[in-house]
Amino acid sequence: MSELAIQARGLTRRFGKSVAVDHVDLEIPRRAIYGFLGPNGSGKSTTIRMLCGLLTPSEGGATVLGLSVPRDAEKLRRKIGYMTQRFSLYEDLTVAENLEFLAEIYSVRGAAARARIDELCGEFHLREIARQRAGTLSGGQRQRLALAGATLHQPELLFLDEPTSAVDPQSRRDFWETLYALVERGTTILVSTHFMDEAERCHELAILDRGRVVASGAPEKLMREIDAAVVEIEAPEPHAARVALEQNRAVHSVAQLGTRLHALVDRALPDPARALSEALRNAHVEARVGLARASLEDVFVAATQSHRP
Amino acid sequence: MIGWRSSLGRIAAIARKELRHLRRDPLTGGMVLGVPLMMTLLFGYAINQDVRHLRAGVADLSGSQSARFLVADAQASQVIDVVRVAHSVRELEKWLVAGDVSVGIVIPEDYERRRLGGERASAQLLVDGGDPVVLAAVRGLTGLPVERRLAPPLRPMVSPPPAFELRAYYNPERRSAVHIVPALCGVILTLTLVLFTAVAIVRERERGNLELLITTPVQTPELMIGKILPYVAIGYGQMTLILSLGHFLFDVPIAGHLGALYLGAGAFVAAALTLGLLISTLAQTQFQAFQMAFVSFLPQILLSGFMFPFDGMPRPAQLLAQLLPLTHFLRIVRGIVLRGATLVDVSSEIKALLIFFSIAFALSLLRFRKRLD
Repeated sequence: MSELAIQARGLTRRFGKSVAVDHVDLEIPRRAIYGFLGPNGSGKSTTIRMLCGLLTPSEGGATVLGLSVPRDAEKLRRKIGYMTQRFSLYEDLTVAENLEFLAEIYSVRGAAARARIDELCGEFHLREIARQRAGTLSGGQRQRLALAGATLHQPELLFLDEPTSAVDPQSRRDFWETLYALVERGTTILVSTHFMDEAERCHELAILDRGRVVASGAPEKLMREIDAAVVEIEAPEPHAARVALEQNRAVHSVAQLGTRLHALVDRALPDPARALSEALRNAHVEARVGLARASLEDVFVAATQSHRP
Repeated sequence: MIGWRSSLGRIAAIARKELRHLRRDPLTGGMVLGVPLMMTLLFGYAINQDVRHLRAGVADLSGSQSARFLVADAQASQVIDVVRVAHSVRELEKWLVAGDVSVGIVIPEDYERRRLGGERASAQLLVDGGDPVVLAAVRGLTGLPVERRLAPPLRPMVSPPPAFELRAYYNPERRSAVHIVPALCGVILTLTLVLFTAVAIVRERERGNLELLITTPVQTPELMIGKILPYVAIGYGQMTLILSLGHFLFDVPIAGHLGALYLGAGAFVAAALTLGLLISTLAQTQFQAFQMAFVSFLPQILLSGFMFPFDGMPRPAQLLAQLLPLTHFLRIVRGIVLRGATLVDVSSEIKALLIFFSIAFALSLLRFRKRLD
């Protein structure tokens, strides 16, 4: 059996004239969490839907768990779990009824179904709310129910489309603990997000921008091999500093993080910190300047900027 | 074997889920019982083609005794109630225009002479011809035996006996409820059942449930059958309610075999539900589904023979009506309930309904894709 869970070649999807996904190549290993990082409209959901067999690619194709998509989409259904971006269970059914429904749909019956639902209720802390209608749940509770539903039939591969966008930070941490536990049991997880901290938790990730993969690899590797020097500037007047820096040709981009600025500077520049320090002094902006370790956000900005016209 | 069992399991899961939705949606739940109850009571009492007590005005220009007898005879028929007396024809016409009266009786000055002469009509009835039912009722008055009461000494036995004697079969008292209630059964089932399934799939699409559902192993026919099944039972329940109300409240006799009726109704219920399902696969939003359902209601109600007799319609309208499930069901239900028809008598209607069901179901399957594109 191939060690790759997903392999995509030239995956493309057009909606009318606009290209949502543009020749995406993917190699996603088994038993790992693979992330899609990108802004809204970067093609994350469309790619996931093509890999699930919900959308037909305009060009290219993919092999998912050894099955060709979209041709064998129907066979794939039993092996995958899909957690949609929007809550897609039934709001007028209770937590337990939703899980019972899914159990029946996946042909898990009788004692086996009861045992599995009980197990899920324990694992995802759903026991106290089992008799509550899904429509009355909080964001975190809904998310736990949705994940419980997506894993009910113990799929080999789990697609999670922005699973944490409506969830508080504590629930997010708990959620990721659950994902690691699933991977330990052999599940492969493909998760899309626009949160940097979440992307950093993935074993590997692809950065998507306007339908293209602009960078991919392990997060540490991406941060280490970023194609720019990262200069951190601390200034009492960050806005003035920013204006001054943006006029410098060697500076690709400037992003503000609280009172600090991160500037991505051309690698060719011999001593970027000193160069920027001088530039700021000439502009009469008070600032402390030093080299910094690249964050994933820097990687994201560098990757998306270099592909812009 | 295993395949069949899991398939049946999934159909049961969908059907059970639908029933749960229904139980928790008070509006739709209300439609199940409320609409048949309300409409049967309302229309059973209100729709009455046996018109009586029309408001009438009289302009008696002759002032003769025989004219007063004529008016009294007309009143005794119960078709009209004389509510106003006019002094001139013009005044009477004014009331007709204003809608104060729907019938005017004009008795000319020379009424006595005309009555005895017998060449021309003795008096005039002015009717608002806008409503054919009213017109037909009033036309009945023209046959009143004007001459008989006072005439004998002067003109013995002149009026010949009528050429035909009318006998109304199956509804001898000519009560409207007998005619209306069985047909109402079909109309109410059409209105509710088509709406139930018209929103069934599009609702899941709108609420985002469909994206999850189509990533599961559930097959399209399983989804469709699971969606229809609970409403078949509900349709039977509604029909039972309407017929019971009709039988016990409006004394509608049930001449034929109930088993035959339920069998025929099964084909109709399936056809109506599948029409809804087809709408559901065509519509993008629930609102669109409602609109399409209403568009399908009008021709069914107007052309099926519910409102107007089928035989009176022009040929193209009749052909169109043959395509509508309600047309066939009305023949089944009227045939079995009123005329005591057997299953064999209505078999061609059942066949037509089954053909409709098969085509609509096949089209729904073709329209529905387990894809988002």
